[in-house]
Amino acid sequence: MTLTLTLREQPEAPVRADEALRPDRLASLGRAEIEALELWHGNRRAALGELFAVSGAGAQDVRVEGDLSRVAGVGAGMGGGRLVLAGGAGPRAGAGMGDGELVVEGDAGDAAGAGMRGGRLIVRGSAGRRLGGAYAGERAGMRGGEIVVHGDAGQEAGGGLRRGLIAVAGQVGPAAGLNALAGTIVALGALGAHAGAGMRRASIVAMTAPDLLPTYARACTYRPPFLRLCLRRLRALGLPVTDAQIDGLYTRWSGDGLELGRGEILILEAAA
Amino acid sequence: MMRLHGTEVVDTFAEAFGMWGARVVITAETPTWAQHAARSLTGFATSVIGCKVEAGIERLLEPSDTRDGRPGVSVLLFAPDADGLAKRLVERVGQTVLTCPTTACFNGLAVEEEVDVGGQLRYFGDGWQASKVLDGRRYWRIPVMEGEFLVEERFGIVKGVGGGNLIFLAQDARAALRAAHDAAEAMRTVEGAILPFPGGIARSGSKVGSRYPSLMASTNHVLCPTLRTQIDDSDVPDGVNAVFEIVIDGLGPEPVGEAMRVGLQAAARTGARQITAGNYGGKLGEHHFHLRELVG
Repeated sequence: MTLTLTLREQPEAPVRADEALRPDRLASLGRAEIEALELWHGNRRAALGELFAVSGAGAQDVRVEGDLSRVAGVGAGMGGGRLVLAGGAGPRAGAGMGDGELVVEGDAGDAAGAGMRGGRLIVRGSAGRRLGGAYAGERAGMRGGEIVVHGDAGQEAGGGLRRGLIAVAGQVGPAAGLNALAGTIVALGALGAHAGAGMRRASIVAMTAPDLLPTYARACTYRPPFLRLCLRRLRALGLPVTDAQIDGLYTRWSGDGLELGRGEILILEAAA
Repeated sequence: MMRLHGTEVVDTFAEAFGMWGARVVITAETPTWAQHAARSLTGFATSVIGCKVEAGIERLLEPSDTRDGRPGVSVLLFAPDADGLAKRLVERVGQTVLTCPTTACFNGLAVEEEVDVGGQLRYFGDGWQASKVLDGRRYWRIPVMEGEFLVEERFGIVKGVGGGNLIFLAQDARAALRAAHDAAEAMRTVEGAILPFPGGIARSGSKVGSRYPSLMASTNHVLCPTLRTQIDDSDVPDGVNAVFEIVIDGLGPEPVGEAMRVGLQAAARTGARQITAGNYGGKLGEHHFHLRELVG
């Protein structure tokens, strides 16, 4: 059984869902209780029922119909269940989520999956800035889980990344992995400039040669065994990973030399 | 006494013991390298009496069967207790798989109880090791001269069964070995079971204890044809001149029983004169596999 929320009309002011739109919380509530949940609509509190029509109840499988690009924090902090957004999502979709699956059929706004701790965020469209990143003033961003973006990602994807996997089928904007502590970022499309700036231990995987910072040094060309696992996992999650990428040789660039220098950027070598 | 395809089957049972088991999946660039590692990993692991662990190759794996999409080998290891099994896994994976070109090593049992293997081997990286978590499982990347060795951190262990057995008696060594060989071939098709002795067959079945106090096991003299006339309790019938034994360890009683069933059928067709099983009167082992139930 699925709980369906349908956006009645495009909100006049931005809406902040905070942690109200979490399938693991909605599962324990009756329809009237769900409709009574409060959200911020601009500068006033509004009942969820004013903004969304509710059908069904008592399910950890939640579907939201409508364009939520003006709704912030959908699925933020969710600890289980499955939430599908039929349209786009505003800022901070899935931020801080710990478990479950959030699927955004359209585009996701800035800071999607920021501070995420577990679970899976799938964006069928593109994601904005600071995907899986850290909030301003925080050292660490995403701490676990998987983010899969079928379109492009904006700048500073994986900024402050501490653990987990971020994979983007399209282009990844500048400064991916900025100050990343660990974790993995895979760019199947073009990787923007300044990738890995300030990175300590993380891995960035690129399928085309990016403009590398001079603080990265070439180590060797080899087939990283973990990458086979990682790329096969991404293929299983629906990303267009090719056999050539799975079987290919990668050149390892170590850095950032201005930081700990234990990070790596792995760049696929063109087949001979 | 029962008869199966003309072979006498003694109405007795095999007495087996609880052991802890693990499944290790080794992958490599080619099947040959995976098998090199697997043979090395399972070497000198015939009996816990002298090897501390019993191990064998379970089956060869196609690339489609493995996590990294490369050819592989599945290996089972058994030890009397969980701590001992954990130590043997670290020792053996560290000495035989980590060292073998192109290999990677994965847990093959998705169970609740786990022991730390990759998490111990990581220290070989001398501080340069790195871990990755994929789909909830942690892997360790250990830098080696070839590039990197990838090993999963934790390996599942289960309460299995060790010491299932069949004993084949025939008119001469060639006939007895042919029967045991065919039985072993049939048993190898059973998933979840291994035959830890060389080629799956032991010629030197043992009994508990010895006239020499320092030995915990000695030759099973009642089944030694050369001693028939020297002892009062020989179990070697007239006309039998050679005896072989197959020991079976499994991840549970079911694969051990199934391996014994198919082995019994195969050996009876090949022409063993008599098939029996070893036990200690039923007082030592918690698992009893009655040949009567396997014949039917």
